[in-house]
Parts: sequence; structure tokens; C-alpha cells
Amino acid sequence: MSNDWYSDFVNSGVGRSIAGTVGLPPVPRLRRYEPGQPLLSGAALLGTATADGRVAKVVRSLLTDVGVEVHDDPHAAIGGGSSTSKVAAGIVDATGLSSPSDLAEVQAFLTPVMRRIGPSGRILVIGDVPGEATSPAVRAARRSLEGLVRSAGKEARYGATVNLLHVADGAENDLESTLRFFLSSRSAFVDGQRLDVGTVPGFSGSSQGVDWDRPLAGRTAVVTGAARGIGATVAKTLRRDGATVICVDVPAAGDALARTANDVGGSALQLDITADHAPATLLDHAGRHGGLDIVVHNAGITRDKLLANQDRDRWNSVIDVNLNAQLAINDALLASDVFHRGGRIVTVSSMAGIAGNRGQTAYGASKAGVIGMVDATAPLLVEKDATINAVAPGFIETAMTAAMPVGTREAGRRLSSMTQGGLPVDVAETIAWFAQGASYAVNGQVLRVDGQNFLGA
Amino acid sequence: MPSASPLPRRAAIVGANRIPFARSNGAYARASNQDMLTSALDGLVARFGLAGERLGEVVSGAVLKHSRDFNLTREAVLGSRLSAATPTYDLQQACGTSLQTTLQVANKIALGQIESGVASGVDTTSDAPIEVNDDLRRVLLAANRAKSTAGVLKALGGLRPGQIVPEIPANREPRTGMAMGEHAAQTAAAWGISRTAQDEITVASHRHLAEAYDRGFFDDLMTPYLGLTKDNNLRADSTLEGLAKLKPVFRPKGYPDSEATMTAANSTPLTDGAATVLLASDEWAAERNLPVLAHFVDAETAAVDYVHGDEGLLMAPTYAVPRLLERQGLTLQDFDFYEFHEAFASTILATFAAWEDPKFCKERLGLDGPLGTFDKSKLNVAGSSLATGHPFAATGARIVPTLAKLLAEKSAQEGSDTVRGLISICAAGGQGVVAILEA
Ligand SMILES: NC(=O)c1ccc[n+]([C@@H]2O[C@H](COP(=O)([O-])OP(=O)(O)OC[C@H]3O[C@@H](n4cnc5c(N)ncnc54)[C@H](O)[C@@H]3O)[C@@H](O)[C@H]2O)c1
Repeated sequence: MSNDWYSDFVNSGVGRSIAGTVGLPPVPRLRRYEPGQPLLSGAALLGTATADGRVAKVVRSLLTDVGVEVHDDPHAAIGGGSSTSKVAAGIVDATGLSSPSDLAEVQAFLTPVMRRIGPSGRILVIGDVPGEATSPAVRAARRSLEGLVRSAGKEARYGATVNLLHVADGAENDLESTLRFFLSSRSAFVDGQRLDVGTVPGFSGSSQGVDWDRPLAGRTAVVTGAARGIGATVAKTLRRDGATVICVDVPAAGDALARTANDVGGSALQLDITADHAPATLLDHAGRHGGLDIVVHNAGITRDKLLANQDRDRWNSVIDVNLNAQLAINDALLASDVFHRGGRIVTVSSMAGIAGNRGQTAYGASKAGVIGMVDATAPLLVEKDATINAVAPGFIETAMTAAMPVGTREAGRRLSSMTQGGLPVDVAETIAWFAQGASYAVNGQVLRVDGQNFLGA
Repeated sequence: MPSASPLPRRAAIVGANRIPFARSNGAYARASNQDMLTSALDGLVARFGLAGERLGEVVSGAVLKHSRDFNLTREAVLGSRLSAATPTYDLQQACGTSLQTTLQVANKIALGQIESGVASGVDTTSDAPIEVNDDLRRVLLAANRAKSTAGVLKALGGLRPGQIVPEIPANREPRTGMAMGEHAAQTAAAWGISRTAQDEITVASHRHLAEAYDRGFFDDLMTPYLGLTKDNNLRADSTLEGLAKLKPVFRPKGYPDSEATMTAANSTPLTDGAATVLLASDEWAAERNLPVLAHFVDAETAAVDYVHGDEGLLMAPTYAVPRLLERQGLTLQDFDFYEFHEAFASTILATFAAWEDPKFCKERLGLDGPLGTFDKSKLNVAGSSLATGHPFAATGARIVPTLAKLLAEKSAQEGSDTVRGLISICAAGGQGVVAILEA
């Protein structure tokens, strides 16, 4: 981002040497996705912690299918290089742990991986779902992985990420879109996070015949708040992945909305999502496109005030836009055939909804409420083969954050494992992955896209 | 009299987009006709997902036009998100321009010559062309023809300061030298139109427009532009008492006993803006699952001799409407909505008075009796030019979708019965365009 002067500075020649001398944190340039980019930019190391590992096989077949060089030995020499040359990914199958002692195998694999992982590399730990275990020792071991991953995320440098997947028993073969997301540069700003796959029972779907360069081809999406900021980028990203996009924003933002809609060859719907008629109007407009497959609840507002100075109108406006409007639209989607079988709802929560933020009681309440909505809606959608998930962005470089006071802004950027703000596209990539038909086993999840911001991390 | 020979099909009004209208030299002071038209088109393209599409044609026009804008519509389309393979032409008929462009596009659709088209109009009184006066123009042309530098200097040497004064286009009739308002004042006096009646029309226009905004009526008819989200001429709090305080202008020449009754409020202000309407065949709309708000039924254009013929400059619609009604076998009372362009409040009141006058209807309109009156609660129910302002060539393309949407709403409420609306627009040069829509 050109408005991140600090990042520009430490990445300039002279800036790099000064930053090195005085100990300023380096700001890595993150590798981001472009169509046609290979899944990984180099070789992968694939470890297995126990003889009972269930997912290594699936990971190996995906990697070899896409032509990635895979080694089991974390000390293996790569492509004529040495046993310390860089790798693009390190993946450890940590399913089947029977006690915390088994964690030593995970450590034994990851220690060399941490030394060898290249810039914007991907470290992925895959474990069982702790809640599925009844034995205290097993559950403890499974749960330990989360602490390991969150800590390793804070150690990994140069844009490398460390994330954890929990795979429900029996969901080993429902991982492809998720593996692709976490290994590719689409997850550039997702770090130190955990995601559960297959944990809402009754899911069904398939990744057969997916065109992974255009995974949303033939699908129709609605994006609210699409006039600018994150929403505009979501519209473009969904379009890039093949979707037809209906762009929604308030009438007063109609000119910017029209630009987004025309940029993505979609249509513009000027609509205040809090209006009583909003759900009906939305479904009616979607009828023009033959129905809806994807709904992205991105529109959101902040009306920051200390709780001591809060008033009812401000409070209600935040709850109405950020939460009530989404609930009303979801009700209408559930009740209507316009929202197709296999549909996807993706909503935007926030770091503030998880960790809280001074001055943001209303906003934090609304964004935490979004998470509750996701929890409760996920099982309701199963009978439509549909899913609902949320992204919780951290500090994302938008007009909103550009207007923050310098101190707050710099803290927002630097106090994270990535030592920088994310870009709207980082949020958009995550949304686009949730929106894929092939992500059918990912339901009821909240994923932070925050470069592992230290706030509430 | 012959009745209408039926057209092969009726053009559908699918939807529309306009930019908010701005009082002259205000929000759009730096926008050109081309800028405004391009933006209005892009908003329409976005609303109906038409980026990159080739439409049958786009027809637009402006009253105040720079000579470089000879291909105004084509340039706007080339700058828009429509396919560059969309043909265009410009049309100019003073304030009737964009009702006339609607008629042209609708006719081609009805005849099956095109399947879709955009009718529109645009005007700016802020970025108006300034011309040099004829003396200066002759000197400059002579200098241009000169073969040598000395010749150029010689030609320019003949210039006198008085010749350099520019000519700014004025709202004046070339054949009478009278401002349009002066003409309207004469008509008002001739028909004895009171100040109060004019102010009532004005207050109603503002109130109706404000109510329409409040209920979100324009949410799918308008896209903000240059920071404006509403017509900035709108005075939602305008009252009869407030308007009564304004000083009248335009003393009616030749009517020594009549008072001046026209004010800045009950006359439309100079305004900048652009408006577009998307028309199509029912089939084209159905293929795209697009709505059909209403159909374009028929239209009539009339002209009157206001120079020698003792008729008011803006009275042509008075003649056009009965001809249209007769052709369609309808009476003045057969409409659910009446959209009369409020050039001046007095203009529409004079028209209504004339229709109630047996002598006028017999002698001028050739009718057996008066055309009569109609329920005024159906008049301009979403506001009209006194409140929105009046960018001359854009007004028709503002009114057509307003009426189409009103009809669509009423028809949705009432089920299957046909609902019908009448549009009337008077224009400089003693012309008038009127049309019927149905849903
Ligand atoms: N930028 C960040 O760092 C950040 C961090 C966490 C979460 N978020 C969330 O991401 C989402 C997008 O944020 P952004 O930074 O792009 O904000 P933004 O203000 O740039 O964009 C939000 C858009 O939503 C629209 N909107 C607001 N109320 C609406 C309504 N009632 N109906 C329809 N549209 C409405 C606005 O007009 C605007 O175009 C929001 O939900 C926000 O809370 C942003």
C-alpha cells in the first residue's frame, strides 16, 4: 500500500539498512494471489506425527496432482540444493495423537520447517477436533496444537503463516478447497488461526470437476456495502473467480456503487439494507439473475462513542445495520427458493467483535452478535446443503483506517505478526473461498483475517 | 376522425436513471453536458447490468449545446460502459427534447427495427456555450482567411472594444424578442390565472417531491452525482405564506389592468442535469428477466402560431392533447395520473382553464364542447419541474419514468386493470409534446 509510508520506507534500500541497524521490525511484502499462479512456489515438506494419521494421504495426493515436489523428511535436500534450502510449505498431519507426549513428533517435524520456510511460506498443522475426544489426555493433546500454532505464528517471519485445521472424523476427503486456500497465497494475511472442517453434521457436496481458476463460475452473488472499501474488492474478487455479482449499497453511495457494478459487469441495487422491504427487494432483484447462490453481508458502520457517552440512536443504528439487517435477510433467504440449494452466506464480523475495542461497545456488540448468528444459522442451513461462515478482519487498509489518527493507525498495523495492515483483497479472498461450492464442509466458522493481530490473539 | 392504426407492438419502459438536478452555477458548475450524460448513462448501465452490451440505439440531445458537441450522444456513449457498437443520434426540440427522443426510440421498437434503446436528454445552463457576436465573428473569419501575418493583423486591427462582448444564450424567443417568462405572463393574464393558484401548484410540487424522496421512490430512478443525492432546488418546507412574500417578476405586456403574478418560485429555475430511460421490446426485457414498468402507447406533437396567431407561446399541449385523445378514443378524465411539466405554474393553469372554456374548445380546438376538467389530486403526484428544476432537454426523460413507475405501483396494487397516465410538455418555439403510457 502506498499510503503505508513505514512499509515503503523499510523496504527501500536505505530504509532497510537503517531499519536493520536500529532494530525496527521488517515489513515483509506478502505474496498475493493472481489467476494462474501455481498453488505453491516451491517444494513442500509433509510430516506425519502418528501412525494413525488420516489426512497425510489426501494432502499428498493434492500436492502431487498439482505438480508440487513433496518430501517426508524435513531435512531432505530439495532439487539439488542442501538440506537447509528454502521450502514453500511445511504440512504436518497431527491427527491420531493419543497423549501430549505425541506432540514431540510434531515439534521434531516443525523445528526444521521453521528454519527452512521461505518468504510467504505456509505452515499447516492438521489435527483432530478436540471436542470429539472423551479421554482427557487425547483432548488435551488435540487442544495443545492450538497453542503451538498461535505461538509459532508469532515466530514465523517474512510473511510465512502458521495455521491449524481441525478435521472432523470422517471429513478427510472434504478438505480440498480448504487445503488449497490455506496453502495458496489467497490466505496471505491469515496467520495463527484455527479452522474446523466438517464439524456441522449432515453436510454434503463435492469438489469433483471444479475449475480451480474460476471456482465460482455460473454462480450469482450479492455483496452488500459494495460501493467502496472491502465490499468493492469482494465484488471484484468474486467476479474474478467467475461469479455474476449484484452490488448493493445505500442510495447515497449510488455513484460509487455504479462504478463497482460496471467494473465487474454486474448490476447495482441501491438499497438500505435496514429498510423493511430490503429482504424482499433483494430477492426480487436476484430474480433477474435466476436466483442467488452467494450472499456476502459486508455492509457495516461504526458510530464510535465511549459507553459512558453512548445514546440510543447511535447504538441502534449500529445494531440495525451490522446485525438486524443480516438476520432479516437470512430469514428471507431461508424461506425462499430464490436462494438456491448449496447456497453460501458469508458475513463480516470483526476483530473488535472478538477482542473488544475501546469506544466500540456498539460495534463490538454487533460484530460479536454476528458470530452468534453464524453459530445458530449453520445447522439450519444444512438441509439446503448451504453454509454460513464469517470473516473477522483485523486492521485492513481502507479509507476508514486511513482516516485514523497516526498513532492508532501505526499500532493497528505493527502490532501483528505480519507487522502491517491487510489489504481488502485479503478479506475478499477468504470470502471467495467460503463462497465456493467445494467449501461445502466448512460451516459455522469464524476466521480472522488479521495477520495475527495481537489484539485478543 | 380516424382512430389510431395499431402499431405492431408497444415499447416497454424498463427503467431509468437520472442524476439529481442542480440549480445553475451550483453543484454541477464545472460539469459539461457530456460529463452529465455519460454519468447518467453509466448509472443506467449499472442498474440493469448492461456493461459492454450493444443496445439498439441511444438518442439524446441538449438545448444549450456547444458547436463541438455536434455528436454529443455518440461521445457520451463512447465514454460510457455501453458497447461502443451502440449507435446514437442527437435530437433537439427545446423542452420537448427527451419526450421526443422517447417517442423516437419507442416507435423504432414498436416497428421492430430495434429491440432496445435509451432515450435521454441533458442540459447545462452553467457550462453554456458563449458565442462571439456577429461583428467579431466576421472579423475573426476574415483573419482566418488572410494569407499572411500582415493580413491577419490588418483584419484584427479593425476590432473595436464593443465588438468583443460575448453573446450568452438567453431564454428568449428570437421572433418576439420576449423572454419565455414574459410570454407566460401574458398567457396568465389572458386567462386570469391568480397568484394564489400558482403558488398552490408550487407548494404541491415541492411537497409531492419531498414525499416521493421520503418513501424511496427515486432509489431506483436516480444515481447521485458530484456529491448531490437529491434535486437541490427542492424546498420541502415551502408554504403558501412563504411564497406570498416573494416579489413578482414578468409584468404582462399589453395587459395594463393585470398584476404581475409570476415569481421566482412559481417559475422553474435554470437547472443542470441529465436523465435517461431504458426502453425495450417485451421480449428483450423478458430474456433478461428485467421488469416492465409500463408501455408507451402513443404521442402527439403540436405547434401554435404565437408570433402572429394570438396564441400563447406555451399553449401547444392544449392542442396536442385533444388530438391524441381523439385518436385513442379516450377522454381527458380517463387517466389515473397526469404529468404536466411545470414550466411555470401559470402555464398548466392556463391550459386547464382553456380546456374548461367552451368558446376556446369550439373555436380553437374544433371540439363540440369543453374538454373539461379532471381530478387534480392525480396531478404531478411525485412532484414536477417547479420542485425538481428543469434542465430543458432532460425533463421528458425525468417525467416518463416517474409516470411509468407510478403506473407500475398502482397496477401492482390493483391487480389486472389497465392504468393509464398522460404526459404533457410545452416547449419554446410554440411547440408541445404529449404522450400516453399504460401499465
Ligand atoms: N476496514 C477495516 O479495517 C475493517 C475491520 C474489521 C471489520 N470491517 C468490516 O468490514 C466491512 C466493510 O468495511 P469497510 O472498511 O470496507 O467500510 P466502508 O465504510 O468503506 O464500506 C462499508 C459500505 O457499507 C455501506 N453501508 C453502510 N450502511 C449500509 C446500509 N444500511 N445499507 C447498505 N449499505 C450500507 C456503506 O455505504 C459503505 O459503502 C464492515 O462490515 C466493517 O465493519 C472492516
